[in-house]
Formats: sequence, structure tokens, C-alpha cells
Amino acid sequence: MDHFPTNWGRPRNDTWDPYATYPIHQRPQNHQPKDRFAEGVQHTQQPIVTGTSVLAIKFKDGVMMAADNLASYGSLARFRDIQRLHPVGKYTVLGAGGDMSDFQYIQSILDELIVDELAAADGHTLGPKEIHNYLAEVMYSRRSNMNPLWNSLLVGGYKDGKSFLAYVDLLGTTYTASTLATGYGAYIAQPLLRRAVEGRENELTADEARKILEDSMRVLFYRDARSLDQYQIATITADGVHITESRKLETAWSFAEGIRGYGAQTQ
Amino acid sequence: MAAYFQAPTAYSRTALPPLAAVSAPQHLVPPSDTSGTIMAITGVGFTVIAGDARRGDAFGAYPQVRFVPTVFRLTDKAVLATNGFASDGNIFIKKVRQRLDWYRHAHAKDMSLHAIALLIQSMLYQRRFCPFYVHNILGGIEDDGSGAVYSFDEVGSYVRETCRAAGSASTMLQPFLDSQIYPKSSQPPTPGSATHLSLARVLALVMDSYKHAADRLSHDQIGDGLEVYIVLSKGTSTQGLNIEGVSEVTSIPGGERIFLLRRSLA
Amino acid sequence: MFRNTYDSDNTVFSPQGRLHQVEYALEAVKQGSAAVGLRSKTHAILLALKRSTGELASYQQKMFRIDDHVGIAIAGLTSDARVLSNFMRQQAMSSRMIFNRPVPVNRLVSAIADKAQVNTQEYGRRPYGVGFLVIGQDQSGPHLYEFSPAGNSYEYYAMSIGARSQSAKTYLEKHYKTFDDCSLEDLVRHGLHALRETLQQDKELNINNTSIGILGPAAPHEKGVSGAGSFRILDGEKVEVFLQSMVPKEPTEAPAAPAATDDDVQMEG
Repeated sequence: MDHFPTNWGRPRNDTWDPYATYPIHQRPQNHQPKDRFAEGVQHTQQPIVTGTSVLAIKFKDGVMMAADNLASYGSLARFRDIQRLHPVGKYTVLGAGGDMSDFQYIQSILDELIVDELAAADGHTLGPKEIHNYLAEVMYSRRSNMNPLWNSLLVGGYKDGKSFLAYVDLLGTTYTASTLATGYGAYIAQPLLRRAVEGRENELTADEARKILEDSMRVLFYRDARSLDQYQIATITADGVHITESRKLETAWSFAEGIRGYGAQTQ
Repeated sequence: MAAYFQAPTAYSRTALPPLAAVSAPQHLVPPSDTSGTIMAITGVGFTVIAGDARRGDAFGAYPQVRFVPTVFRLTDKAVLATNGFASDGNIFIKKVRQRLDWYRHAHAKDMSLHAIALLIQSMLYQRRFCPFYVHNILGGIEDDGSGAVYSFDEVGSYVRETCRAAGSASTMLQPFLDSQIYPKSSQPPTPGSATHLSLARVLALVMDSYKHAADRLSHDQIGDGLEVYIVLSKGTSTQGLNIEGVSEVTSIPGGERIFLLRRSLA
Repeated sequence: MFRNTYDSDNTVFSPQGRLHQVEYALEAVKQGSAAVGLRSKTHAILLALKRSTGELASYQQKMFRIDDHVGIAIAGLTSDARVLSNFMRQQAMSSRMIFNRPVPVNRLVSAIADKAQVNTQEYGRRPYGVGFLVIGQDQSGPHLYEFSPAGNSYEYYAMSIGARSQSAKTYLEKHYKTFDDCSLEDLVRHGLHALRETLQQDKELNINNTSIGILGPAAPHEKGVSGAGSFRILDGEKVEVFLQSMVPKEPTEAPAAPAATDDDVQMEG
């Protein structure tokens, strides 16, 4: 069943030909899959329940990340208490945008990985660099098998005196920088983060870093229609991982009263 | 009059593919070109391999990060530049390096340049029907001490050349390189080295190429960092290398030498 | 020589609770020429005595590089060693591919020990006929392990395996307490002295029959070693400097009667 009304077509539509005006080899039906079950077997073709931006920056003692608590179902703000920052072992936090069920699957394979590593009990542990590389392999192999995990992920961590911050997405694309953002954050927050952080990675205190993230989250909440004013902040330093309780953004909407020219109000 | 016989586009007989075909798995996750430009030029006893370091994201070409290397040192005499779909590129580099490691285990020496070229061909062709979406340019020094550049398409077809540019600025830079490096454009280019060009001249060509490409192209296609590897055959003088930002990255002294030049395109 | 009722099958215990096939495998290790391993706070090294099958033949390889941070020396069947070392290389590479980290050395050794153990328990198999000394370096510093075909692996300050390795062990036991703070040169000298103990009466160490494997920062005269000091095998001319540094042996009073000669065994390295 084709669920898209625009494709149902009109009589003189190239994709629908009730009077057989086209040569047989060009008729739309010839392009349909031959396998009776072909439509039944589906890989993820689009994310369903989604999370929006994740932000992350480096500061003097480590890495700080932020993500709101919303999981949307299309344009519906469906789940409002979802945690999108996930600790992985003692040195790493994973932040996820994109499909939340895929993210939960990723959480489960990472937790398994950490348990296996712990079970070896030989003093070797997986740090953020190793976890990021592992995730990149997983994401790349899933996309190569035409069955991607539909996420943009940020991996932040601190181990052996070094901060680590990197990105990986559904294609297995990776990169690293001192400020990173996914989703709308990549367009709206990333320039703000760069201006506040670049060149000052070794000076910023935790309080300053938190302020930068909070301000960016506020801008995102004002602009991104799939965001929420409830969010969490993860801090990864030499002391380990700390993820805050959900907190609320201070916002001011009074200016909206003065805006004219949109929607029902025309003057 | 010719137009009279053409079917009007509004009645085009080419049926649009039905939605099911468009969203079928093979189109599910298209590789994305993460932009950037690579190039390599070889002269007498040296080869220069360069790449810029700007990287777009998976969905658009919006520059996400400003320093991602696209040129990789494989051995002391071979450097590989990749361009195209970044995650394919990264995996491919890893795989090539591990194959070279196995070669080292088996033969206790580094693989020679032309053998690496053949290896890359077969590795690319192995994925003929699910290709690595990557243009490769391999540059370095052959066993006989001559410089060489090999350029590949995505499925492994390759040729030894004197110069090659690939990536977002290639259509602009390749004709320019041809004009500078093949002295008579009316004659078919011969493989081998550009005998009339000094190392200093080639380096200047490379840096000018990038500078002007960065000026001309839209911001998301080229920019930020520039990495240039310079491979010298045994005994070639370092004349022309005493410029700012050059550091030596040779691992075993006494053979070929490798230098790395880092510049900003800002 | 070891005729026994319970030795034809490795899955059957003898009434004394022994697995004779496994014990014979340990004998195969003793047939191979000796290898010595020792470590300091900064370095782990291997030394091995290479054999040749005759004047016309080359010397049998005794050391293998596994990765930048792991190397092994073998005693016993070289062909079995190649199989196991290839397995170790695969493990090391897959760790680099998947996690971008050098494989933890103890896990690598455990992995081959587990493989060897399977061969001591399943019907229709034979144990490996080779023992390893494995040196490796990771976050916790340099390490030395012994692997034996019985499926055991232990970590040591210093160890030797192979023919007449007991004499080397005696030397190592006498000196191991000083190894921790040794420089690379001193450590190699100790290693060579230990290896020398395993020689037959009329033989001595030379550049043809000695291999040295080093993990850790370069010695002053070593060239072409990366900063951290990845694993390298020194053969031929490169061991000359180290051989020169040896202190000549005092003439021994009463040389012990040599044990059963092992020169006739051609296939062991």
C-alpha cells in the first residue's frame, strides 16, 4: 500500500496508466517488486521516535555535554522524560540524536561491551577513544548492510589526563573537534559554541562551560520546534562521569506579545 | 526544427520510478560526498601529495569540522590521498594499512609503490558491486628512485601519471596542472616525472592551486587546513623545503625521506 | 622412551592422573633451542639461540613480530609457532581495527592458551608442540609471559624455555632482583649471559646464532627506532655490539656432562 496521496495520481499521470497508453515495458507495474513479501521486509527507512540536538564542548577539566529530554513522534512531543545522555563505563558519555529505539539498542550493545570488559578483570578498560572507534565500526557496518542505525552520536570522555570529543553518524562518518553539535544544533548552536570555546579550551571553567551550553540550549529551544525546555548536562572529568537531574530552562516569551504579522493576527 | 521531433517534456515517456523503488534498500543510505580536494605531482626524485582538511556532514556540505586529514603516510616511500565518502575512505585506509602490515610480517620489508598500486586496485575491485565511494591518489617513490603518481577511480581502474587532482576543485585544477606540467598539450602526456620542474616550483604550484581554489569555490567545498606530504628519493636534496611549517616524518633514516607541510587556507 | 599404556590419546588420563600426550608436547618444547626473556621497568627483551641444519643451511627463525607492542620467541615446532603467531597477529589487528587500541598483552596470551587447552581435551587433536616467551608493553608497562602447550600462561620477571633452559634459569634466578633498574644494555648483557649457559661445551654465541628482540626505548647506538620503542628483532651485524659487551666466562671447574644431544632434531627451531 502506498500511503502517500500525492502518489495516487490522476488519470494522466506517468505513474498511473489505466488506458494502457504507454508501451508495456514502460508501464509502472513492471517496476514493482516481484517478491510477494518484498514490501513486508523493511529496514529502517526513516526514524520514528526521534531526539533532536546534542551539544558538547571541551573545557579545562574535561568535556561537557547537553541534550534535552524530549523524544518526538513526528511533530508530536510524545515522550518528555527521555534521557539522551548515556554513561558508558567510567570515562565516557554517549549523547544521541535521531531514532530513539536505535539509540536504546546501541545502549544495550555498549553495556554488554562494558560488562565483557569488566569480566576480563585485568585492569584494562575501554576509554572514549576505543568506544568511539567501536561505534564507528558498528555504524559503518550497519550502513554497509543497508540497515543503518539512524542516529547522530557524540562521544565525550576523559581518560588518562586527556579529553576526547568526537562525532559518528548513521553513515559511519566520524570527526573530532573541540565543539560539536548534532541535528539543528549543528546549524544553530555550533557557531555560538565555536565563538565561545575555540582557543579557550584550556581556560574555560566548569561554570563557564555550563553557562555556554545553557545559553545554546535556550537558543535551540526558542528556534527548534522539536526541542524541550527540560534538559540534562553531563560532565566528564578526572573525577568520572556526572549527569545532572533534569533541569528547566529559564525562558521569556513576553516579547511574543509584540510580534505582528504572523498567523491569525495580521496587524 | 530538431525541436519539433522531440517529445515535449511535459509528456515525457520516461515513467517516474514508483516510490517503492526510490526508497528501496539500495537507495536507503546513499554515500555522501564529504567534499575536499586532493592532488599529487611528481618530479625528478620527489613526489608531492596534498589534501585539504575541511569536512562537510552527512546531509549537506555544511562544514562541520575544520581539520580532518585526507592524506595518509603508508610507508616511508608511499603516501595515499583519499577523497569522497569519508567513512569509506577511513575504512579503506585502515584496510590498506593492515594489508601492508601483513606484507611486512611475511617479507620483512615495505611493499614497493607499484605493488601497493596493484594492491589498491584489487582491494577496490573486490567491492565492484558495492564500491568504496572514494577517489584515491597514491604518490611516492618507486624502487628505481623515480617519483610516481597513481590515480584510481572508485572501482580500481588506475594509471601512472605525472600529476592528478581529484575532488571538489578537480575540474578547476586539473587543466591548470596540465598546462604547467605537460609542456606541450598537443602531445599525449607521457607517464613519468615532470623533469623541468624543481621541488620549490612544484610546492608553489600546489599551494597556489589550493589558495585560488579556496578563493573561487563555495565555502563548503574547500578550505581550512592544507596538508602536503613531500617524499624524496634516497639522496635527493632538501632544497626548496626550508619553508615554514615543514617537519620531517621519516620513520627509518637512511632511505627515502618524508616531510609534512601544514598550512592554513584561511 | 616414554612407552606407556595411557599415552595414545590425549583425552584419557593415566591412573596417576596425568595426560601423557600433553607431557610429551612439553618435551617437544625442550627439544627446541633455548630462548630467554627478561624485563626491567622500561624494557622487555627476548634472546634466542638459532640453529641451522648444517653448514649449507640458513639459521631457523626464532622470533616473530606480532604487533608494534608485542613480540615472541619460540622453542619447539616452528610450524606450530607460525600458526599460533598468525592467530596472534589477527587478534592484534582486529583489536586495532575495532577499538583502535593495541591488544592487551595478557588477553593475547590467554587467547592462545585457551586455543592450546582445547587441544588437550578434544578427541582427535594433538597439543601444540611449541612454547612461547611473549613480551609486550601496555599501559601498565613491559610484561613477559610464558606460554606452554599444556594451555598454561604465566607472567614472569625473567624466564627461559627450550633445550638446557634450566642452566639459563639458574642464572636468571641468581640475578633477577637487579633487573628492574637495569639499562637496556645491562639487561641484554644479562640475557646473553643467561643464554650462554644453555650452549654446548664447544659452542659460543655469535652474530649468526643469536637473535635479540627488544621492546622499549632505543639503546644509544640503535638507529631507526620510533620514540616509544616498538618491537624490533636484531640479527646479524646488529647484535655484534651487544655480544662485545659480554663479560668473558671464567673457566668452569667441572663442566656438567651434557644432556642427551639435541643436534639431531632437525625440524625444531
